[in-house]
Amino acid sequence: MASRLMALWDWFDSRMPSVGEEWRKHASEYYAPKNFNFWYYFGVLSMLVLVLQIVSGIFLTMNYKPDAALAFGSVEYIMRDVPGGWLIRYIHSTGGSAFFVVVYLHMFRAMLYGSYKEPRELIWIFGVLIYLTLMAEAFLGYLLPWGQMSYWGAQVIVNLFGVVPFIGPDLALWIRGDYVVSDATLNRFFALHVIALPLVLLGLVVAHILALHDVGSNNPDGIEIKKNKDANGRPVDGIPFHPYYTVKDTVGAVVFLAIFCIVMFFMPEMGGYFLEYNNFIPADPLKTPEHIAPLWYFTPYYSILRAVPPLFNSQFPGVAAMGIATLILFLLPWLDRSPVKSIRYRGAYYKSALAIFIVAFLVLGYLGVKSTTVWGQFGFDAFFLDTKDRATWAARVCTVIYFAFFILMPWYTAKDKVKPVPDRVTM
Amino acid sequence: MSDNQKVDKARRNLVVATSVLGGAASIGAAIPFVASMLPSERAKAAGAPVEVDFSRLAPGEVGIFEWRGKPVWVIRRTKAMLDSLKAVTASLTDPASRASIQPEYAKNEQRAIKPEFMVVEGVCTHLGCSPQLKTAEAKAEMGADWEGGFYCACHGSKFDFAGRVYKGAPAPTNLTVPPHTFLSDSTLLIGDDRKGA
Repeated sequence: MASRLMALWDWFDSRMPSVGEEWRKHASEYYAPKNFNFWYYFGVLSMLVLVLQIVSGIFLTMNYKPDAALAFGSVEYIMRDVPGGWLIRYIHSTGGSAFFVVVYLHMFRAMLYGSYKEPRELIWIFGVLIYLTLMAEAFLGYLLPWGQMSYWGAQVIVNLFGVVPFIGPDLALWIRGDYVVSDATLNRFFALHVIALPLVLLGLVVAHILALHDVGSNNPDGIEIKKNKDANGRPVDGIPFHPYYTVKDTVGAVVFLAIFCIVMFFMPEMGGYFLEYNNFIPADPLKTPEHIAPLWYFTPYYSILRAVPPLFNSQFPGVAAMGIATLILFLLPWLDRSPVKSIRYRGAYYKSALAIFIVAFLVLGYLGVKSTTVWGQFGFDAFFLDTKDRATWAARVCTVIYFAFFILMPWYTAKDKVKPVPDRVTM
Repeated sequence: MSDNQKVDKARRNLVVATSVLGGAASIGAAIPFVASMLPSERAKAAGAPVEVDFSRLAPGEVGIFEWRGKPVWVIRRTKAMLDSLKAVTASLTDPASRASIQPEYAKNEQRAIKPEFMVVEGVCTHLGCSPQLKTAEAKAEMGADWEGGFYCACHGSKFDFAGRVYKGAPAPTNLTVPPHTFLSDSTLLIGDDRKGA
């Protein structure tokens, strides 16, 4: 039996050798550093969630209707009448949030260990493009249930394009396909969500991985393992991705799926953070819900948008600040002037800067889910207080920290006292 | 390919010409796709003025009517609400509505033809959410000096009872007043300011 299978494989391999070659190049002979730790799970978990989203998404489209009159009802139909429909929908909705959880942790890993630094700039750029595409994908998908939050979220985000000077109003009109968010908008968002952006996403993921496998993986020590090879030309600190990391990642995937299932079965709404309560009300173009906030993964940027006051009767500065806050990530590899990659060998400046940045990012995220009046108001009057809401001022401080982390980076990373990096990886 | 080979100019020109034509054709082919996303003829046709009956509004009440898919409010203002307009002037971004959009006949302090009835689009000039009524009683939530008006829950903009925006809010201008005409003491035409249109 085994020899029959081998013969079959030989037959196949002699006709299409590229399958075996790619397997060796990307798995069985791809040498990854042997010191990967916990933080190295999130890349493969992102791919796992991508597969979950594509599969559950395909089955949702079989019953969903992209029509303003039918969409809300068709989602309820999936939840109540389609056999197992509730499960498929909860996989997709929980998967949406899980995607951002693992991607944010994956990005944080890159910042911890300097994975964006030379020679991995392209990997980082593809990664940021994936992140931006994912945000677009999440936003487009959020309109589809046609609930109150779907409708008003789309209204706000499309209007963000409307404030771009000169071309804005026409651009927003073109995106909506109508003067207000309507059936035309829903129908095109459906097309983009299920066909266009998933294709872009898959292409970017391929580019991300090809670029990674060309230069090799970084590791928690930030050491280039390719600089130290044995007589066979294999990195002495490397181990083949398969079977070592496929096995390690399987364990991670099982733990992740266990947590995923707990959320999906017992708290799919996550207290209103994964599925917002107002979205169980059909879209009403005449009435904005009393409490409106984007889904949790957008809230840091939403806070920045809210924090920046208008200038010269234009709300463009806030929108621009929000846009720049995401686009500035592209520059990270060139802003960081440190001679070392990993946080293990960096000095106090970078460590403190990263810690403060993370705190500011989380505070922005928290404020984004709350009303601007959440922390009350200042009890005094002063000429510089255009608003007395404490939360608005807190968001402004955090916005400044967010940008300062990037803008001052060339300075503090160059000044930082770094430790000597060892020749071999440490475990 | 070796570097010392002579370049065949004619062939290279053909390659360039083919590439340029191919590129131009691709852009041309994209035009119908991009154009297909513009508003359809049906969407363009739906924009007629609407006639509304506001006679059942109690003093202090806000009626919401739909015009071009947008909420339009008719606010029946009480004397206290009208008095509050003067009190808040100092905290407004554009108290005289210079940078805001309204018909000439509504460019006054009350931003209305008849002070008692305010007609205004309930669409925040920031990013298009519909603000909500917060009366002067909502001081606990809105702050001790709140005189009543509207609050946009999306990004925290505040407006007075004439739709004028408070300073420090992300909204840059006052709420837009649509063209409108009072047809009688109980009916109103939103979307047109010529009688009998």
